[in-house]
Amino acid sequence: MTAKPESAETVAPFAAELRDVVVRYDRDGEPALDRTDLTIPAGTITGLLGRNGAGKSTLLSLLAGFRRPTSGEVLVGEPGSLEAAYENPWASMNVQLVRESGDVWGDERVSESLSHYELLRPAWDADLAGLVLDTLEVDRCTKYEALSRGKKSAVAAAVGLASRAPLTIFDEVYLGMDAPSRYAFYDLLLADYAEHPRTIVLSSHLIEEIERLFEHVAILDHGRTLLSEPAEDLRGRGTSLTGPADVVARHVGDRRVLSEQRLGRTAQVAVLGSFDAAQRAAAVSDGLELDGVTLQDLFVHLTATDVAPAQPGSGAPVAQPQEER
Amino acid sequence: MFDGPEPIYVQIADHLRAQVLSGELREEEQVMSTTQFATTFRINPATAAKAFNGLVDEGVLYKRRGVGMFVAPGAHETLLAANRAAYVAEVLDPALDRAEVLGIPLSTVLDHVRRRASAARPAAAQTSAPAQDPRPDEVTS
Repeated sequence: MTAKPESAETVAPFAAELRDVVVRYDRDGEPALDRTDLTIPAGTITGLLGRNGAGKSTLLSLLAGFRRPTSGEVLVGEPGSLEAAYENPWASMNVQLVRESGDVWGDERVSESLSHYELLRPAWDADLAGLVLDTLEVDRCTKYEALSRGKKSAVAAAVGLASRAPLTIFDEVYLGMDAPSRYAFYDLLLADYAEHPRTIVLSSHLIEEIERLFEHVAILDHGRTLLSEPAEDLRGRGTSLTGPADVVARHVGDRRVLSEQRLGRTAQVAVLGSFDAAQRAAAVSDGLELDGVTLQDLFVHLTATDVAPAQPGSGAPVAQPQEER
Repeated sequence: MFDGPEPIYVQIADHLRAQVLSGELREEEQVMSTTQFATTFRINPATAAKAFNGLVDEGVLYKRRGVGMFVAPGAHETLLAANRAAYVAEVLDPALDRAEVLGIPLSTVLDHVRRRASAARPAAAQTSAPAQDPRPDEVTS
């Protein structure tokens, strides 16, 4: 029904890059982003994690070109030809950010809002939008502002998925949904991503239920990139040792301890860093049990207030103190 | 499913190997596509692909271009051999270590093994023993 650029289908998944980005909302206050560097690999589902106030939403609105950084560069585009995101029609046509507020017009029917997006997004799939709304049980004749929080989130999900933008960003849109709706959304997202590869960025606090969707994970902390690496590498970063406390302590060595629990003479210690085959065998033959550390646990430990950040890519031991800000 | 602490691709590969070993997945049978796998188990398709590619390198699966992934001929035997080779170190030794902790003498364990062996013998004699049936001396080698 609309004149769509012929090239719509040929736009490759976008990469995104932040170089030394500072965002300051207030001259004297702490910056929201503080000399942040970050690369989001093209074609991945990337998880952006961070505690409240870490700078996630600021970072995502930069990628969408919604704001200009105070300093530094924000680049998006097909790999090898990145362009500044701000005031760039090509970028804004191909980057879709949805937030929990829905980014739709409150006093219009849902169907009208979606028809605006259909004009805006070259690869818009109206059938997919319909499928998402039907699956999440949204009445598209209702005005957006009259919808419940969960249904508003569902509209945002429909906009984000149906846009099929080469860079699609969901900024915690699922928080308003109940658990069955969230799982339905994850299923819709995975199924459509598998058929139509693109770069998808998801920010969420619900790490445990969403982490398996990620191929890449970036953690923001106090306006800085704490780490950015393949999700599978991150899952292998921590090791938990369980056994007699003195034996555990001997095998922990000088690795950085993330958490420690004691039950009588038994200790369970989570450390940063992996164990090679020989170290593992030595620990097991001394009667220790070795396990991984979940992404959620790693995240909690790494972003805990008094813990210094990890040195990405380096093995154990990691004891690099955080640079003073 | 796949909630363990190991990387998910490792868990997926283990799961598929176990299915081939148990015969749930037969040789030349098509396995789920990475897309089906990803949507069924809510995991990233790249994670599923990583597991599948590892199994292709191991010779457990093979690709038919444009069709999908299949269980390789001989995969069952290969996995059987690998698991048998690891049996002593991964299963038997820990069991014997446990016996030591509990103060069960090795002779008691051996008596039990002998009883099992003599109970199993008549049954094994009735059916034609499979060629790959592990002999006791193979296990202890």
